[in-house]
Amino acid sequence: MKNNRLNIAISGLNNVDSPGPGIPVIRGIRESNQFQSRIIGLAYENLEPGPYMHEFVDKTYKVPYPSEGVESLMERIRYIHDREQVDVLIPNFDSEIFVFIKLAERLKEMGVSMFLPTLQQFEERHKSNLPAFGKKYGIKVPDSYPVTSASEIFDLKKEQKVDFPLVIKGKFYDAFIAGNSDQAAIYFNKISAKWGLPVVVQEFVKGTEVNVVALGDGRGNTIGAVPMRKQYITDKGKAWGGITLDDPGMIDYTHKLISSTKWRGGMELELIRTDKNELHLIEINPRLPAWVYLAVAAGQNLPEALVQLAMGETVEPFTEYAIGKMFIRYSFDMICSLDEFQQLSTTGELS
Amino acid sequence: MKIKKSLAISETGFVFDPSTGDSYTLNPTALEIIQHLKEGHSPEQISKTITQKYDVDENTFERYFYDFAGMLKQMQLVAPDEE
Repeated sequence: MKNNRLNIAISGLNNVDSPGPGIPVIRGIRESNQFQSRIIGLAYENLEPGPYMHEFVDKTYKVPYPSEGVESLMERIRYIHDREQVDVLIPNFDSEIFVFIKLAERLKEMGVSMFLPTLQQFEERHKSNLPAFGKKYGIKVPDSYPVTSASEIFDLKKEQKVDFPLVIKGKFYDAFIAGNSDQAAIYFNKISAKWGLPVVVQEFVKGTEVNVVALGDGRGNTIGAVPMRKQYITDKGKAWGGITLDDPGMIDYTHKLISSTKWRGGMELELIRTDKNELHLIEINPRLPAWVYLAVAAGQNLPEALVQLAMGETVEPFTEYAIGKMFIRYSFDMICSLDEFQQLSTTGELS
Repeated sequence: MKIKKSLAISETGFVFDPSTGDSYTLNPTALEIIQHLKEGHSPEQISKTITQKYDVDENTFERYFYDFAGMLKQMQLVAPDEE
């Protein structure tokens, strides 16, 4: 099995304080005992750390932002594929997933496999669609409203549909808790300037945030699931430390969700456990999260399994994981040569 | 009063609750008491053991014991049917 070498293109190489999942996904793939890998990094910026981390990334190509359009991205991927014969592509940013779902068939024709949610799965789990999602699958979700202006938040308050504190969320990333109208307006402006519209206004649910990383095979089976609690959270709400939990309720919840949605691909569930021990779903991220290496260390190599599923292989579901396994993130000053920086900046490629 | 079966308690007094991810550090006396509780000893049995072993009267021990027990409940370290 190990003789089988795959060329795997991976994005999300911004291993910074709000890290993309690229490097942790690569770490899992590198540890595979099922296949060898050549990792082709897909970078958006010259200063993403991933391209310079040569133990993880063999060759990096810059790619255009999804906002520049499907065709320019497709053209670039075709160029990369001509040189690298990409077997599997793993997009790791929420903002890319939609575009890659759209490109999936064309990429498949070229011989590039992915393992992504369907367009329907991707759309219905959007933050702004969460109440309908909860109703459809019978799960508790906080009330959420998409808004396109700050005044709409005030209207929702007047109509008594919401009350402070509220969570103001970007459609892809960022969330702030607003205690009053002034704060709500400030956060609306901040988030809409960064992530565009709509901005999502969500009921604040008091409790402990817990998360699950999981992988669905697209037929209703959960290939793996590991629950975690953040022990140390940055000012951006990212986990800087976390621990795996012994929580059969969360595992059962994940299995039911994947079974009813027939989720295909990696996912991260963000949940709040209330004082009454109820789980409220606050978000589904349609990809593996940046803390996925904790699952690998706990015995579930979900990135490896995702690659195997993309290659059309049958993967046996994981049934166990180590409880009380911890991660602590750290920052590290990597010394890089100007030559490498100029190579990536000017040619858009780095070996 | 029974403490959660799943609690991991080390000899050094480190307590890990795998269902919440929380961890605690106990002083030697608390460690001794929680070990008695884990073995299923009643408050009366624990009181007898501790008052014979240390220089403390029953009333004083009882006061501190129930204070400690209240803390365990508050931290949700007690078996659900015992809360």
